[in-house]
Amino acid sequence: MPFGINETMGQYSELFMLLAAGTYTVAFIAFAWDLAKSSKALRAVDLKAAQAVSAARVPVAAGSAGSRLAGPADRAERPSSSSKAGPGAGGAATADGDMKYAAERRVPARVAVALTVLAAAIHGAGVVTRAVGAGRVPWGNMYEFLTTGAFLVAVVFLLSLVRRDLRFLGTFVVGLVIIMLVAASVAFWTPVGHLVPALQSYWLVIHVSIAVLSSALFTLTFAMSALQLVQSHRQKTVAAGGTDKLGFMRLVPSALSLENLSYRINAIAFIGWTFTLMFGAIWAEKAWGRFWGWDTKEVWTFVIWVVYAGYLHARATRGWTGTRAAWLSIVGYLCVIFNFTIVNTFFNGLHSYSGL
Amino acid sequence: MSERVKVKKKQSAPVAEAKAGAALPALGARGMLRWAWTQLTSMRTALFLLLLLAVAAVPGSLFPQRPANPATVTQYIKDHPDYGKLLDSVQLYDVYSSAWFSAIYLLLFISLIGCVVPRAIAHYKAMRSQPPRTPQRLSRVPEYGTLVIPSDAGIPASEAINSAAGVLRKRGYRVEVRDADGALPSLGAERGFLKEVGNLVFHTSLIGVLVSVAIGGLFGYSGQRILVEGDTFVNTLVGYDQFNPGTNFQSSQLQPYSLQLDKFNITFDRESKGKFGQPIDFAATVTTKENPDAPAKQEILKVNDPVTLGGTSIYLTGNGYAPVVTIRDGNGNVAMQGPVVAKLQGQNYYSSVVIKVPDAKPDQLGFAGFFLPTAFVTEQGVSFSADPELFNPQLSLNSYYGDLGLDAGSPQNVFELDIKKLTPLNARNLPTKGITLTPGATYTLPDGKGTISFDGVKRYIGVDIHHNPGQVSALVFALIAVAGLILSLYVNRRRAWVRTGTADDGRTMVEYGLLARGEDHRLAGEAAALRKLLSEEWQLAAEGTGPSQQTPSPTGHNVAGSADNAPGSVTTPAGPAGPEKDQ
Ligand code: HEM
Repeated sequence: MPFGINETMGQYSELFMLLAAGTYTVAFIAFAWDLAKSSKALRAVDLKAAQAVSAARVPVAAGSAGSRLAGPADRAERPSSSSKAGPGAGGAATADGDMKYAAERRVPARVAVALTVLAAAIHGAGVVTRAVGAGRVPWGNMYEFLTTGAFLVAVVFLLSLVRRDLRFLGTFVVGLVIIMLVAASVAFWTPVGHLVPALQSYWLVIHVSIAVLSSALFTLTFAMSALQLVQSHRQKTVAAGGTDKLGFMRLVPSALSLENLSYRINAIAFIGWTFTLMFGAIWAEKAWGRFWGWDTKEVWTFVIWVVYAGYLHARATRGWTGTRAAWLSIVGYLCVIFNFTIVNTFFNGLHSYSGL
Repeated sequence: MSERVKVKKKQSAPVAEAKAGAALPALGARGMLRWAWTQLTSMRTALFLLLLLAVAAVPGSLFPQRPANPATVTQYIKDHPDYGKLLDSVQLYDVYSSAWFSAIYLLLFISLIGCVVPRAIAHYKAMRSQPPRTPQRLSRVPEYGTLVIPSDAGIPASEAINSAAGVLRKRGYRVEVRDADGALPSLGAERGFLKEVGNLVFHTSLIGVLVSVAIGGLFGYSGQRILVEGDTFVNTLVGYDQFNPGTNFQSSQLQPYSLQLDKFNITFDRESKGKFGQPIDFAATVTTKENPDAPAKQEILKVNDPVTLGGTSIYLTGNGYAPVVTIRDGNGNVAMQGPVVAKLQGQNYYSSVVIKVPDAKPDQLGFAGFFLPTAFVTEQGVSFSADPELFNPQLSLNSYYGDLGLDAGSPQNVFELDIKKLTPLNARNLPTKGITLTPGATYTLPDGKGTISFDGVKRYIGVDIHHNPGQVSALVFALIAVAGLILSLYVNRRRAWVRTGTADDGRTMVEYGLLARGEDHRLAGEAAALRKLLSEEWQLAAEGTGPSQQTPSPTGHNVAGSADNAPGSVTTPAGPAGPEKDQ
């Protein structure tokens, strides 16, 4: 073994993880506050707009400045590439169809993002000290997969914020990160230690890092698909003249925009998962002498791959876009979670590295 | 794809009607076949089969599988007398070679072929045909814009269209200029054929992966062997403890190389608290010979680091201790001498030991018990191993004499002692008690049945030997598939048109439009880029405005002669911009 173990570093790491979880929790509250506050503000704007509309009786003019006005009911169609999806039916949204930043300032959202950055920095320190403490990459057991995975989820989310206004996902994503950290510390805690020989391979670095990264991306799309289902339901209700009970969803872009963006992220994540599968197979060949043997972990990695392949197909199949595709994306993510939790802990196979 | 789909639709409608009207016989066998084929190769079926495949793969992770673990399956059936057999009858212990699993993936791949071939033909034709004609109302396509070249620039409509063609060609479009010298010259352009190529390559390569896997199953083989330090394995059928040939295996495939285990070293974790005593490194020093006459070569065999020899790869998959014993029989002769492989049972190399001495006279002898590298006995008298290393090695055995049952010729598990026809000599519950030996000690069996000495301890390793002729091509196809996948997801198929004309005041008016086929979130960016390139080409001042802004020509002249430019009248998302491959 190349490096020794440093228990003190391991303890620092745990302290950092704890601090990070605390900071994330404050960020979570700020994100929730943003949702609540903005939805109130938006309701006021909507009300005014509605009054103006009924007073003037202008015909609906899409395309011009009227992004305030109801966008086309966009369901059931295969989303065309360039259709600039209108905001959620029923009025304004702070995130537009392209999810570009709007001019208006949302103080709670800014605070929330700043806190998330801080939390991620502390979290990063936790991951690094864990790596130093163990003298190797920090993904050798469940505790480490989870803490490092949660860190990647946060980083991927923050990076995507540079280009797009996905702050509406904040509560969801930060909430998941908190759950992952708590689960890691409560259910999967493992002290710093050496790798079992089966994991001592550079393929651990390649295979697992890509798997964790793809899972982080799948986490984002899971959040979006779930929101898409809610939004689509809400849009339908509003379009049918029902009352809008989910005011906070105004902050969330239209179901169609959510679908399009999550498709793009899923496409990247699917390529990542394809590499996970392939590198896993190459590693299996190196470690066990066969590249595929239907070990439980292999089975589930395959199932996930096929489900997401199905998702990509669904997006190209008439009648399967929209809600059904979103369900497939959600099912895929449930399989990811199942693969990680249940398969790692309760099924025995060659991949029994949970460290428990 | 779309063309084919439309045709299909036309065919299937009457078919469906016919079916609904119970007029099946009228269809005839050919009609039925065609109908079935159309159904099978539809995108909907592909999706269904994919999801079905995912579901069908799951039971293989819920129930023990024969290929991986035959003994566990047998045990499972024994433990579940109520439904164990039933599961077997529906092949739930052989999921991945079961009739139903095979049916699903074979159907999927037939569907795949039925899908790929016509699409490849259609795409080949599309690649050779000219870009589509310029739409009458260009302003209807999703990305539309206009440019105006001032009259003093001296660029007439025909020259403008040619330079626009140049710009597009440079950007990778295939361009056709139409009516270059007419009043309204135009061009049609198309790019991104690699998207469909990528998709086809991806799907085709999946077939390649499947075929490679099949070849591995037909011509490959694998086997296991346990080697105690000092042992040599020779790659012949008898050299294996267990051998699994592929369906088309021939023993002449085996190259008679040899591999000797010189030494096996384990490093244990002496640092971390939680994992204290866990092995952290295994290294086997082996001497190999490519064939009996080849020079010997020393190599290190490790986990994750196989040795390749004679077209096979040799993997380190297991290890343990092998106590060395000498057993003399009742006549005083050495009936057995050598290491006995102890099977791992629990923590810290707590292992079980079975010794069969068929050569002992007058009675055959058998021993069964445990080997502990660092023996430790609790106050309750329970012994366990406190450490994986040999700090206090100990053998505790029961002994038997009688008929080992080996003479019948039926194969026996070397790790199990069948005591049906044996009489116990030593056991904990007998007055003779069990045998407890430390290295160097000898124990004399009761009734003059012989002696057993514990001479020392060696280590052994388990190796898996594999030959898979399909795996390189499986990897190659998988890599090609990924390349195709990336192309398919990231190349955008786009069409562009440009039309030029001369206004009354001598300015050259230009309009352009872009259309995506399929998902393309960067179409607007492409339109902006083209606008910029064209502006640079004609040295137009940047207008400082957004990309595909709907600028009607200032004079009200419209090059295309259509008055369709007013903002607000753009109803694109449906129309021609709609998806063209949605089936
Ligand atoms: C072995 C099973 C299959 C797998 C794993 C699979 C996987 C995929 C994946 C991952 C994609 C998205 C990437 C891309 O566009 O290239 C895709 C697209 C596509 N597949 Fe398959 N596929 C399978 C079988 C089939 C079959 C049987 C058909 C035809 C009936 C088919 C038709 C298509 C089409 C038309 C697309 C393009 C969709 C689009 O343009 O978005 N596939 N497939």
